[in-house]
Amino acid sequence: MSEQNDPRAYWRANLRILSVLLAIWFSASFLLGVVFVRPLNAFSLGGFPLGFWFAQQGSILVFVVLVFVYALWMDRLEKRGKGK
Amino acid sequence: MSIQGWTYLIVAVTFALYIGIAVWSRVRTTAGFYVAGQGVPAIANGMATGADWMSAASFISMAGLISFMGYDGSMYLMGWTGGYVLLALFLAPYLRKYGKFTVPEFVGDRYYSQTARVVAVVCAIFVSFTYVAGQMRGVGVVFSRFLEVDIDTGVYIGVGMVFVYATIGGMRGITYTQVAQYCVLIVAYLIPAVAISFKMTGNPIPQLGFGSVVTEGEHAGVFLLEAIDQIHRDLGLPEYTGAFIEGKREMIDIFAITLALMVGTAGLPHVLIRFYTVRSARMARWSVMWALVFIALLYTTAPAVAAFARVNLIQTLHERPYAEAPTWFQNWETTGLIRFEDKNGDGLMQYGEDPDTRELEIDRDIMVLANPEIAELPAWVVALVAAGGLAAALSTAAGLLLVISSSISHDLFKSIFRPQMSEGEELTLARVAAGGAVVVAGYFGVNPPDYVAAVVAFAFGLAAASFFPVLVLGVFSKRVTKEGAIAGMVLGIAFTAAYISYFKLAKLGGAEDWWFGISPEGIGSVGMLLNFAVTLTVSRFTPPPPPEVQALVEEIRLPSREE
Repeated sequence: MSEQNDPRAYWRANLRILSVLLAIWFSASFLLGVVFVRPLNAFSLGGFPLGFWFAQQGSILVFVVLVFVYALWMDRLEKRGKGK
Repeated sequence: MSIQGWTYLIVAVTFALYIGIAVWSRVRTTAGFYVAGQGVPAIANGMATGADWMSAASFISMAGLISFMGYDGSMYLMGWTGGYVLLALFLAPYLRKYGKFTVPEFVGDRYYSQTARVVAVVCAIFVSFTYVAGQMRGVGVVFSRFLEVDIDTGVYIGVGMVFVYATIGGMRGITYTQVAQYCVLIVAYLIPAVAISFKMTGNPIPQLGFGSVVTEGEHAGVFLLEAIDQIHRDLGLPEYTGAFIEGKREMIDIFAITLALMVGTAGLPHVLIRFYTVRSARMARWSVMWALVFIALLYTTAPAVAAFARVNLIQTLHERPYAEAPTWFQNWETTGLIRFEDKNGDGLMQYGEDPDTRELEIDRDIMVLANPEIAELPAWVVALVAAGGLAAALSTAAGLLLVISSSISHDLFKSIFRPQMSEGEELTLARVAAGGAVVVAGYFGVNPPDYVAAVVAFAFGLAAASFFPVLVLGVFSKRVTKEGAIAGMVLGIAFTAAYISYFKLAKLGGAEDWWFGISPEGIGSVGMLLNFAVTLTVSRFTPPPPPEVQALVEEIRLPSREE
């Protein structure tokens, strides 16, 4: 059964994608960049303390990837619905 | 040619370009004026959103702020980019799918209530005006520093510019002007950053350079960030990369502020409205992606600029004789942005934490503006930075003015006072409203309210505590009712506004009185949670929305049907 014929299935699939991406969004910024920043700073990435790098670079890069993956994923979800 | 000659030339050329684009893309319909005919390509909308979003504050002040705050500055970096993830996931595609002209219009339809729409309009206008006053001031400041006119004259020139291209071109004119402005501002930001990165570390990519080894000066052979931490320890300042230590913000405060800025970003009307201008919900998702790419380019460069500036500044000034100060220091001393007072009479400049013995006072704005001079770059680069600052301020001002104009002409007059108005009349009214808003913004630029700093916290706090929960629940719940939404918005705003006013305007308490250690800048995140809780609770005890509203929500959730 395609998602196009069943809007509920399409919506549920969308919510699943949302919760996965949201969990990554939260971890990359609030966990790695704020809550665990001090323990992470014990490690280093080149010349960066790791927690500091996540807070000022890594989190932003993760955000870009998340939004890209979401756009791509939803395109596929919509196409699958239309194909049938 | 001198710096001033170059500045006149580059500013004149870019202004002619902006006006040219506005005339080329002038509009004759309300759809063109409000949402650019909904035909903007995703990548162009991404660039326009980038220029719209990155204001004079992002361009001029942010790197300087981070330079003084170190790790604490991360809350701006994460807060002002992470909001785009929320936009993509929760709002942009659905608002586009709904497909009318304004954010208050969606609130009014989804919550089947003119009251809800009016509350939303008032929020939109208030948030946008507080923002735009700062932009006009920014235009004035840039003009006064680089062209040596006074700040007020600079504001009048800025008002004239925006007046012409916002009233002729509407959203279409603004959008394509913003594309050009993005290009100007990003080039102006990157050139000095790349040059400085290469000079200090041998790595031309600033994002990597500030994690590299310093190649010149007294810290040669040490990682740049380690060198800064060492300098800070020597001066008795908290470590640059250190978090939650003495002299820095608490973890809960950083958490709350980051969240408030993210949610506030996703709730700002001038950002939301940009995603009405593309062809479909699918294009809305892709244009958020492009917007974030273009924004991230500047936002990942800013912390590098901040770190380079920190080392440069202290290394070239601290404990050096005033008589041998570099020429850029003398140039900027005349603007009052950097000041030296020889308190101990030894002829040397001392920098440090204690304001009683510190002899250098450095304004944070100088970090970006003086950067090209510190790095000894040619005069045309200095001029380009001036043009970049103007592009950032003008593009944001124009986007905000359009929100004010459409709120007045479309949400107030067309829907409430004069529904029988023809399209031609509405378009004329929209232009008049845009023109009027520019003049009011110019007035605030010349006579800035003295609570400007508090006002920024207000704009984000309000957007976070009012729009975001109501918009998200409007799409993701069919059960949320108008009573719930109105109660949530009003309580969320009232709580946030009261907290900020108590500490920032009335100044009735200090940091020790903050609830749970959350500063007024971060309280919007508590206001948002309160709004969610109230909206959901009240909705449970009020009758469900009518069937046609539930059908509207169903329809918005369906995949877009383009082609």
